[in-house]
Amino acid sequence: MQVMPLQPATIDRVLGALADQTRRDILRRAMAGQEGVAELASHYAMSFAAVQKHVAILEGAGLVSKERSGRRKVVRTEMEGLRVAQRLLDQYEALWRGRIDRMTSLIEATKETDA
Amino acid sequence: MTVTAVRKDPVNLTLTLTAEFDATPERVWELWSDPRQLERWWGPPMYPATFTRHDLAVGSRVNYYMTGPEGDQPRGYWDILEAEPPRRLAFRDGIANEDWSANADFPRIDDVVTIEAIGPGRTRMEFQAHYPSTAAMEQYLAMGMEPGLTEAVGQIDAILAEDAVGAR
Repeated sequence: MQVMPLQPATIDRVLGALADQTRRDILRRAMAGQEGVAELASHYAMSFAAVQKHVAILEGAGLVSKERSGRRKVVRTEMEGLRVAQRLLDQYEALWRGRIDRMTSLIEATKETDA
Repeated sequence: MTVTAVRKDPVNLTLTLTAEFDATPERVWELWSDPRQLERWWGPPMYPATFTRHDLAVGSRVNYYMTGPEGDQPRGYWDILEAEPPRRLAFRDGIANEDWSANADFPRIDDVVTIEAIGPGRTRMEFQAHYPSTAAMEQYLAMGMEPGLTEAVGQIDAILAEDAVGAR
């Protein structure tokens, strides 16, 4: 299980974009790909311009894109950006599954010793 | 499998694993509190860990190094934030310099372990890690990961055989 190389600039943009709670929330909502910037902005106690700025940062990191849906433009989460994070979590899951397997075998081994 | 649930949140970069063991909470806590037992499961088979300083009291520092197949020995440390034996352990996992000082170039991982009895001789352990960034996740993986990590089966057999021999 090798870590696939990522462009450092990509990593910086992605993690900078993910560093903000509002942007993470926008990402979640935009997975549905049904709301435009104005609709997204209605969920937050901040100005339309502020939300627009967050969306622009997410767009710059490749985490969302704007696409036409009929007459409107909707914001949609780009799953590839999230996949980078998901792939890393998969590797940590494998690491911890290995650890828990070893913990289990240690417990089993001491039981046999006690018996 | 003893792992009963896994949750991965790619937006918040958290991993949560739940595992169940046929053991008491005290026995599961020992796997963390006894450095010699901890050494037998913390490092992957090809990167065994050695704990040179170990105390799970709040405010304590735990130091360890891992030994890779090429003889490389990356160093790590934990800062213990919360410890309630045998129920809860929270620590920050970081990468250390040669002199064991914290390597400030590597953001730290926040880990929380909760252990609870779910029946007689049956215990559930939840482990949650919150990773600071995808870049940090890659840096930690580079320390002590080898291809085929999940193929720890050979290692498990070895531990079992060794314990049977060492049984008194």
